Amino acid sequence: MFEIKNLSKNFGGLEILKDVSLSVQKGSISALIGPNGAGKTTVFNCITGLVKPDLGSIQLEGQELIGRASHQVTRLGVARTFQNIRIFKEMTLLENVLVGMHSHLDYRSKDWLLTSSRFQQQEKQARDAAYELLSLFQLHHQHANTAQSLSYGEQRQLEFARALATKPGLLLLDEPVAGMNRTEKTGLMKEIELIRQRGVTVFLIEHDMRFVMELCDHITVLNFGQVIAEGTPEVIKHHPGVIEAYLGAVEE
Amino acid sequence: MLEWFETFWSTYNTLILSIGINSLLALSIALTLSCGLLSLANAAFMGIGAYAAATLTMKLNCPFELALFLSILAPICVALVIGIPTLRLSGVYLAMATLGFGEVLRVIIMNIEFIGGPMGLNGIPNITSFWHVLLALLAVIYVIWRLKTSKIGRAFEAIREDEVAAKLMGIPVMQFKLLAFTLGAGIAGLAGGLNAHFTYTIGPNSYAFENAVEILTMAVFGGANSLLGPILGGALLTLLPEILRGLKEYRLAVNGLVLILVVLYLPNGLWSGKFRRIKKSMERNKDNHQHV
Repeated sequence: MFEIKNLSKNFGGLEILKDVSLSVQKGSISALIGPNGAGKTTVFNCITGLVKPDLGSIQLEGQELIGRASHQVTRLGVARTFQNIRIFKEMTLLENVLVGMHSHLDYRSKDWLLTSSRFQQQEKQARDAAYELLSLFQLHHQHANTAQSLSYGEQRQLEFARALATKPGLLLLDEPVAGMNRTEKTGLMKEIELIRQRGVTVFLIEHDMRFVMELCDHITVLNFGQVIAEGTPEVIKHHPGVIEAYLGAVEE
Repeated sequence: MLEWFETFWSTYNTLILSIGINSLLALSIALTLSCGLLSLANAAFMGIGAYAAATLTMKLNCPFELALFLSILAPICVALVIGIPTLRLSGVYLAMATLGFGEVLRVIIMNIEFIGGPMGLNGIPNITSFWHVLLALLAVIYVIWRLKTSKIGRAFEAIREDEVAAKLMGIPVMQFKLLAFTLGAGIAGLAGGLNAHFTYTIGPNSYAFENAVEILTMAVFGGANSLLGPILGGALLTLLPEILRGLKEYRLAVNGLVLILVVLYLPNGLWSGKFRRIKKSMERNKDNHQHV
């Protein structure tokens, strides 16, 4: 359902991505792993229209994503979170999630100017849906607080809720458990499983191997901008190329 | 009683109308600021509105209402043209570009004989009444208030906080920036049109750098993040020089001191401290009740 073909990107002569091809099955939880600087986040940036690749194609359900502006990619059903959390700190939790519903609120200027019944009904529905999304992450009690009052782990959860508000078919998570403790990680694993059960395909970047191996159906390994292995966690765990990329080659 | 009011009005009418005009101007820049755009073109847009309206009523005998309408429309058109290339800039770079636009406009106006060149336009009919200004102010407040409660207001705020995150929420950032910029231009133009019709005279230097900074100061002083803040700022900064009239030559110094104190102790403006916190906590209680 989601396919990247021959993706290449140069930054000032440096080849960040070399001919990257991978696919993500619909309804799966897949991971993109690799050492620091392998180009994982660049792949995400190419998908979401923040970086324009030099070559290649990215297709979601047969629709080409390359060449589209970021907001159009979101409207086609791709949502993402960031490695360094990017929530709207001065807005309330509810407002954060409501911003995610932006393109699903369908009313015109006259509706908001005159507070028409269409406006009221749509805003009410959006508020209820936002509240429900917050409760999915146990954040609903704090819905009227500003986002900056949340703890680090909660801010990540708010970012998930906000991403889900865009009603994605594909959710990209960039290092979702970075900086989390063991309990928070287990909690998040359950939540990602819940997200999948809502019909969302999850594609994530992560360094925490235990997390990835336990959670994911399929793994792609990137090293120096090239795919060096892909397969199930079992295959990846024993793949000599992967072990070499992470630990270095055994010296004779 | 009526007699007392008549004396009061004839003494203070210019001041009262100026409060309204300055509130409109402060609201106009607060609107562009709410989308994260530091634009200093609002004085220039006010000038475009003023010149458009005054030219229409003086030279073409146009009805006042139509002239006012065009004083909104003309700056909006100009804002669309200059907004598309300049709004790619952010922060101080945008401020510099828009300031440059204001200077260019001033020089252009100075060289057009038809609208008086450096002498400006004199003998503009005195048409603006208290009701015109009040109606304009209420209409603008209403529109901004509605806008802030809609998805557009939320989009503005999201763009101000984090442009990249806003994009990935499906918000077409460029379009919304252009909307905030042009709406601000329209409001400033309306203020200019109204202002021209009670000051008798306008000139190219009435809409220059100092005025641009003054408009920004009023919004920031009152609190640019709220709806009432800019109005408060506009009113107080219009009144302050009058109140301090007794201080004679120290007037400007004290005026500056008040500004410094407010910026130091209330960095988010006057209408951001206590009042707002009380209001917020009341809203929170209300919301909690709804969702029990």
